[in-house]
Amino acid sequence: MKVLTLNFLTCAVKTCKSSSDSFPLHPKDAELASDDVEVNPQLLVNLLPRIDWNALRTTSTELGFPQLPEQPPTAEELGADEKVLKDLHSLLIETQIMEGKLVCGHCGHEYAIREGIANFLLPSHLV
Amino acid sequence: MSRPEDTLAADIHYDDVEARKYTTSSRIQNIQASMTQRALELLDLKSPSLILDIGCGSGLSGEMLSAVSEEEGGPHVWVGMDVSASMLDVALQRDVEGDLMLADIGQGVPFRAGAFDAAISISAIQWLCNAENSDTSPSGRLSRFFNGLYMSLKRGGMAVCQFYPKNDVQKQMITSAAVKAGFGAGLLEDDPNTKNVKLYLVLTVGSSAVASKGGDITGVVAGMDDVEVQDHRRKGKTGKGEIKKGSKAWIIHKKEQMELKGKIVKATSKYTGRKRRIQF
Ligand SMILES: C[S@@+](CC[C@H](N)C(=O)[O-])C[C@H]1O[C@@H](n2cnc3c(N)ncnc32)[C@H](O)[C@@H]1O
Ligand SMILES: [Zn+2]
Repeated sequence: MKVLTLNFLTCAVKTCKSSSDSFPLHPKDAELASDDVEVNPQLLVNLLPRIDWNALRTTSTELGFPQLPEQPPTAEELGADEKVLKDLHSLLIETQIMEGKLVCGHCGHEYAIREGIANFLLPSHLV
Repeated sequence: MSRPEDTLAADIHYDDVEARKYTTSSRIQNIQASMTQRALELLDLKSPSLILDIGCGSGLSGEMLSAVSEEEGGPHVWVGMDVSASMLDVALQRDVEGDLMLADIGQGVPFRAGAFDAAISISAIQWLCNAENSDTSPSGRLSRFFNGLYMSLKRGGMAVCQFYPKNDVQKQMITSAAVKAGFGAGLLEDDPNTKNVKLYLVLTVGSSAVASKGGDITGVVAGMDDVEVQDHRRKGKTGKGEIKKGSKAWIIHKKEQMELKGKIVKATSKYTGRKRRIQF
């Protein structure tokens, strides 16, 4: 699971839909890997306004990375500063959770991740 | 031909053996690739986008999204949902670039509002019509799916779902579930009345998507071969889309007229009226 995807994923349990605690899901016992992916500046510019920056800061800290700045970079900064672009690319697109769990802060449900694939199948009483 | 959709649950049908057989068949590879290409054409994305692949399977559809060149507005990144662990396992072995999730779309689409630029689904959503048991019904699963999909797409976003309905009842059931969730919906048929007929449900979120494509849901699929429009929110506008100049229907119509006049015309093929890109 990419950090990018985690920034958009919420708990699937029905009763968590209306709770703000169900996002972002919290990684637990995460084993990370980094893929080599070519930088796609246009993609990042397109995604930037949709990234929940506070959630990304939380995720980044929980995964043991250095604290992100309080404010997201602007589109201009992304275009002008190679390092800002590379760092964001590496965090969002290249960093993967290979093994571990994602835990909902509202209901406590744990979604297992194996070989990079998160299991979101729910027992029917939670749907 | 028997339809596994009518008797089995998808994760049972697509076991390790079937997943491998499915993915290694060059016939299937070709069909899935061309339908995904068609879906991309309909989405008409201008820049690298985040796309949800619904029922992504072993990645035959998704890998086309990664393969879109820079000149054509790509490459796109995608997240794939599938209920079959065996299909996803094959996707892993094939090292596809999308992010994969094991999930049942009949349980919903668990992303925050406005996450995706677009969504595609190739040969998957007819599966939602089966598998009735004590705690799920097709209508409940369809509505959870379309409601979740509607929420997870950005305003102005689009989804294209190619599917194989068993009959008109299923076709209607799926389309009206999408409309009920709030989508603007059009149905597009390629090669109608042949055994290769392909049906695409074209869905738009919010009026801006429609406005940018000509101000009407018919505009979204206009000029793209035969279009049948079913927009239940706007009574009086249902029925066949108007025949647009240059569209396949228009060309066929012209050909028929010319044939009547005794002229020799090229046989109609599935490429008739296709938009061609300028080659450099
Ligand atoms: C014919 S395959 C198509 C796979 C891929 N889109 C392609 O073009 O090759 C249909 C896929 O839909 C998946 N599917 C069926 N029902 C599903 C559901 N309820 N949730 C998620 N995936 C489902 C199946 O597991 C299968 O992988
Ligand atoms: Zn929860």
